[in-house]
Amino acid sequence: MEFPKDLKYTKEHEWVRLDGTIATVGITDYAQDSLGDVVYVELPPEGGAVTKNEPFGVVESVKAVSDLYSPVSGSVAEVNDAIVDSPEAINEDPYGDAWMIKVEISGKGDLSDLMTAEDYQKFIEEEK
Amino acid sequence: MSLGAKKGAYMDEPLIFERSSKGRNGVEPAALDVPGVVPSKVIPKGLLRDGLDGFPDVAEIDVVRHYTRLSQWNFGVDTGFYPLGSCTMKYNPKINEEAASLPGFAKLHPYAPAEFTQGALRLMYELEGYLAEISGMDAVTLQPSAGAHGELCGLLMMSAYFRDKGRPRNKIIIPDTAHGTNPASSALAGFTVVPVKSEGKGLLMPEAVATVMDEDTAAVMLTNPNTLGLFERNIKEIAETVHRKGGLVYCDGANMNAVMGIMKLGAMGVDCVQFNLHKTFSTPHGGGGPGSGPVGVKKPLAPFLPMPRAAKDGDKYSLVSTSPKSIGRMKSFYGNFSIMVRAYAYIRRLGAEGIKKAAVTAILNANYIKEKLKGDYHLPYDTFCMHECVFSDKFQSESGVSTMDIAKRLIDYGFHPPTVYFPLVVRGALMIEPTETETLTTLDEFIEVMKKIAEEARTNPQFLKDSPTTTKVGRVDETRAAREPVLRWRENGREP
Repeated sequence: MEFPKDLKYTKEHEWVRLDGTIATVGITDYAQDSLGDVVYVELPPEGGAVTKNEPFGVVESVKAVSDLYSPVSGSVAEVNDAIVDSPEAINEDPYGDAWMIKVEISGKGDLSDLMTAEDYQKFIEEEK
Repeated sequence: MSLGAKKGAYMDEPLIFERSSKGRNGVEPAALDVPGVVPSKVIPKGLLRDGLDGFPDVAEIDVVRHYTRLSQWNFGVDTGFYPLGSCTMKYNPKINEEAASLPGFAKLHPYAPAEFTQGALRLMYELEGYLAEISGMDAVTLQPSAGAHGELCGLLMMSAYFRDKGRPRNKIIIPDTAHGTNPASSALAGFTVVPVKSEGKGLLMPEAVATVMDEDTAAVMLTNPNTLGLFERNIKEIAETVHRKGGLVYCDGANMNAVMGIMKLGAMGVDCVQFNLHKTFSTPHGGGGPGSGPVGVKKPLAPFLPMPRAAKDGDKYSLVSTSPKSIGRMKSFYGNFSIMVRAYAYIRRLGAEGIKKAAVTAILNANYIKEKLKGDYHLPYDTFCMHECVFSDKFQSESGVSTMDIAKRLIDYGFHPPTVYFPLVVRGALMIEPTETETLTTLDEFIEVMKKIAEEARTNPQFLKDSPTTTKVGRVDETRAAREPVLRWRENGREP
């Protein structure tokens, strides 16, 4: 299982990458593996507001429906519509093609309370 | 003792459409004895439907065989053990069916006047009373037609209660061990959901509630016993915390099978609870209903109950429709009446002692399975459980076997799988609810099979991956079914 070092991770199994004021958000390899085949994803509209630690969407697999939690606050700059039509991308390429939303962050964009790849790996080991 | 699913003589059966032969039919209508009417001459064109292409032309015997054969592919609680956790799939004694099919109940017209429906009204009135007694509530509505419908009804009453006080409240606190429908019902009733996490042992702590409880919060909505099958032992303190801020306590009664006759929710500070008659009170369950989800309330909420309700004056029963603060109807007529008859028959047959014994036996059976299997399957919350126990696939996952594989293999042995991958707080959950209606022999057979499957997982994991093999179809492609659902038959794949 892969956990790219340039990303930050949440306890709810989302990843985030910050480029300037734009944060790209998706779910982790561990999350897609636990969920199993993803069959449906619901994302917020462009321009909508997201709040740190609050749900911004829903991902549904053959096993369960889970909320997606935003690691940052801000407004949705871009939505990956491609994964709505082909949710299997979330299983195939969770860190690449299957990014979910890009957020224009409000405030300073401080990600220091999120986990590094190493911390996240430890976290999921404990969670198992 | 015999184990294993029987390879019965079930017949292959195509879709009913594929049995069609043009011009064949089951009935010959008599010749018209009134002048014929051509629809297109009397009905506006926009309201007329084109022909029904693809509608099957079949003989009566074709139809009978078709559905009888399909029914033989089915698995129900009358066919075998059905330990579906969180669902209370217990056996429904046939005498309940007998009572519900008495012509005086079954053929009653809903508009028949009260003087002709005294028995039915008395049954409704008394059933309200029994449910109030069992739960420790002051008043009950029988209208809602399912558990989640009952939740919605309770939430709408709570919403109306705060509006009536002149101070509407818009939040509901829901722990992660509550029933899955609770957040949806809250959202539907216009509330914002505030989630709280249970602590390490799977219980809700009063402090966790206190942190989020405020004067905009209408209620805490919890399930007791919770979806881990554990009794929320802090419920009284939680209720006090919520009541101090003027809030209410809603208890989802889906798991009442574990506590009926033993304790009263009303005595623990609960203000509102729904009863799932189709779970706890032994009426048919699954297959889309009909269900019944009566709601019990404490006095302050009683003015908001849906109307009409059965009332008693001397020895006469009537329906009362007026109540100025009522939230209105939740269902046409009076709810699913035939389900009420079954629940009434069940309660009368068991009596107070029998009701308690049912709950105690349900708890005993779940703990028996938990203790017998805890060496073979990982038990995330190793504590005394109520009516259901939750295992996980942690031990089996080491050889690549998942909860789904265990569930599918159980089918080969003739058992319905337990609830899988729920509750969500347990990874790879297997939630087993044996209920009180199973014999020790059946429980022991199930335990033996579960041990055998654990052994197979160690020695021959591929065997589990290939299961089930004794069923008509093996693994279905659930992913493709969800991604590309085919919801309608099409002749040769095209629109009929």
